[in-house]
Amino acid sequence: MQVDPRGQRFAAAVTSVVLVAVLVTGSWLLLAAQALVFAIGAGFGARYTPYALIFRGLLRPRLGPPPQLEDAAPPRFSQGVGLVFAAVGVVGYGSAVTWLGLIATAMALAAAFLNAAFGFCLGCELYLLIKRFTPQTRSAGG
Amino acid sequence: MIGVMTAIVALLAATIIGVAWRRRNGVLRSTTDAKSGADAADAAEGADAAVLGPEFASKLGERATLVQFSSAFCAPCRATRRVLDEVAAMVDGVRYVEIDAESRLDLVRRLAVLRTPTVLVLDGAGRVVRRGTGPPRKADVIAALGVAIPGPTGPTGAPMREAEHRPSQGAR
Repeated sequence: MQVDPRGQRFAAAVTSVVLVAVLVTGSWLLLAAQALVFAIGAGFGARYTPYALIFRGLLRPRLGPPPQLEDAAPPRFSQGVGLVFAAVGVVGYGSAVTWLGLIATAMALAAAFLNAAFGFCLGCELYLLIKRFTPQTRSAGG
Repeated sequence: MIGVMTAIVALLAATIIGVAWRRRNGVLRSTTDAKSGADAADAAEGADAAVLGPEFASKLGERATLVQFSSAFCAPCRATRRVLDEVAAMVDGVRYVEIDAESRLDLVRRLAVLRTPTVLVLDGAGRVVRRGTGPPRKADVIAALGVAIPGPTGPTGAPMREAEHRPSQGAR
């Protein structure tokens, strides 16, 4: 499965704006909505999120075909990482442990902004690090 | 108020990380191991010189090897593969080896690979001479091969283009 990388950057930019709004307002409801978007992206693929639909419906027809396509797996994985942070944030804000909400949302914002502004997928980078620091299972194949 | 501050800190931190990442991305740095000079000469004699271990001995290029660590969730791995494959096909005695990081976590840990793609340029003995993360530019890979492969005095006697110095250039 291939995706338009510009769509991913656009979605990351919208996500960044939403997460800034969450931090400013402290609204757990807004963060829960963003968590739902992440869940759609992680569950079905980043191209099915509302942000990706806006990109395909409104922006892509004006921009023309992308110079190159990218694999869909990395952004999908990073949506899952975003979901974890957003879920922790919702728990934080929802249970009045505001610092937890602030930190989790700030991490998600940093990751989304890195993707939007630099095209750097922080969630994707975490994949190997997680694998690396998980104790190696003694399964075949090594 | 604290929310606004947090947002500003997060955006600033991300910008610093992004700028640093962009600066490093794709750059092949020289691996300045303490092992130079006599030590390197000693290592060249033994089989230990090859960082990938004996199981890769048959996959290494005669003069140099381009090694890429890849993973499943890695968007720039494909572009990296294309560049390295192209250069390996272009230069005699150079081979390209792609390693799936997940299935070789032993190598990932031993070589301290933190990101994919990580690119290693090995010389004929399998020693790392250049290393970088992110997709390198083709010209940089060719330049790295110029370091990995001894010039006109090399064992094959086939000079690299980079190693040729025209005398007229200095006198101009």
